[in-house]
Amino acid sequence: MEQKPPSNTPIYTEFHPRWYRRHVSVYWWLGQRQYLKFILREVSSVFVAWFVVLTLLQLRALRVGPEAYARFVHWLEHPATIVFNVICLFFVIFHAITWFNLAPRAMAVKFRGKRLPEIFISAPNYAMWIVVSVGVAWMVLR
Amino acid sequence: MARSSSEPILWTLFSAGGVVAALLVPVHLFLFGVALPLGWLRAPSYEHLMALAQLWPVRIYLFLLCSLPLFHWAHRFRYTLYDGLRVKHLNEVIFTLCYGGAVAGTLLAGYLIWSS
Repeated sequence: MEQKPPSNTPIYTEFHPRWYRRHVSVYWWLGQRQYLKFILREVSSVFVAWFVVLTLLQLRALRVGPEAYARFVHWLEHPATIVFNVICLFFVIFHAITWFNLAPRAMAVKFRGKRLPEIFISAPNYAMWIVVSVGVAWMVLR
Repeated sequence: MARSSSEPILWTLFSAGGVVAALLVPVHLFLFGVALPLGWLRAPSYEHLMALAQLWPVRIYLFLLCSLPLFHWAHRFRYTLYDGLRVKHLNEVIFTLCYGGAVAGTLLAGYLIWSS
């Protein structure tokens, strides 16, 4: 059942008309600091994954035996490995800071009808970060 | 669509992994990747680490330390590839590779942690 539209209205079809879109470059995130920060934050996940690979290698070396573990430690002491792990640490800390600063925006805690200032939510996160880090270091090094 | 209904659980894993990656990963990486190789701290013995890794609370801890951050990575990396590199047309492949990687890493972690 075809209906003929009045001549002054456009004809609608199932298909989208071609609209004007500006071409976005693959390097769109280099233009602004905010975009760059966003991409760096997203890229931090790759370094998080690298950390897991490192830990799996460590667990494997532990499981195989003392010689294998000594070889693993020796590899960790290679300058190139250290440099890479320092870069990795930078990204992981960047992730942690952006994560803790984002938490107050993700959860709006109200107290007596008013929204708590962001610092009340991010500060305990940082406190917990310190406590947990000291706890882990104590367990490993004692 | 199976994919859109699994989105909430994947997002939960992403954010749980984000918390683990923020709270725990920096100290581990600082100790084993930087401070100990550079000799800033006295290295723990193999026996100490082995004994530690065999305690059952530590096993669960290590499992979560390996698994959750992988799901965090899978979620973020997937969107980085979609948006950052604008390769949305490959999203089925990317989805499979990212979560496949996370599941494989989780299984490997479980095997390494519980088989010793």
